[in-house]
Amino acid sequence: MTTMTEQATQMYAVFIRATPERIWDAITKPEFTTRYFYGSAVDSTFVPGTPYKGWTSNREQQLVDGEVLESDPPRLLRHTWRALYDPETAEEPYSRVTWELEPQEGGVTKLTVVHDQLEAAPKTALSVAGGWEYILSGMKTLLETGEPLVST
Amino acid sequence: MTDGSDHVFKALADPTRRHLLDRLYERDGRTLGELEAELEMTRFGVMKHLRVLEDAGLVVTQRSGREKLHFLNPVPIRLIHDRWIDKYTEHRVSALAELKTTLEETA
Repeated sequence: MTTMTEQATQMYAVFIRATPERIWDAITKPEFTTRYFYGSAVDSTFVPGTPYKGWTSNREQQLVDGEVLESDPPRLLRHTWRALYDPETAEEPYSRVTWELEPQEGGVTKLTVVHDQLEAAPKTALSVAGGWEYILSGMKTLLETGEPLVST
Repeated sequence: MTDGSDHVFKALADPTRRHLLDRLYERDGRTLGELEAELEMTRFGVMKHLRVLEDAGLVVTQRSGREKLHFLNPVPIRLIHDRWIDKYTEHRVSALAELKTTLEETA
């Protein structure tokens, strides 16, 4: 039986029938993120050097902490990442997340997420491995159908 | 690959390509040379299969200097899961999958 090992660089991609501007909104606005990002509300001005945070939808518990490194709407967003939702991942150093949006033909945009610099954060690497595919497929469903994925 | 599920099913319909995905699942970010070393196949053959996987979105690549690194992208499989498994049969499928695992473990 093969088991997933922690990968220091992880890369995910999805093609979404939406403009880069709409996808940028879905990444940066809490009214969108609460509907596909495990219910979490993103909280940032997206100005480089300022915090990038994620909260539970009632804003009571902070789930993710980071800093905006680069922001070029609607093309590229890069920020650091520390997962606070688990005490073990919260102790690990910051890793890095890059969102890249590339318009394709026919009103489709390719969204690529690279989560790297995870060498010193193996627990985070394992924890996010199943998460990003869930988040990206959920975002695609939300933007293309207007409905969040119903979890069973 | 807009509704790319045709490409995904086709890409998955080949044992060599599934083997390549399994190798990337164990450890990804690999070069063509590393993948070639694990398969008894010409460089051209491996490239051809990787191309099919890339077109289906199951493999994504990143340049690192002169090297091209290959990553397993599980999102298309997740989308098939959401479309076909969740909707109709998750309960039954998971019961059968558990039975299979149990039987194979005790065999």
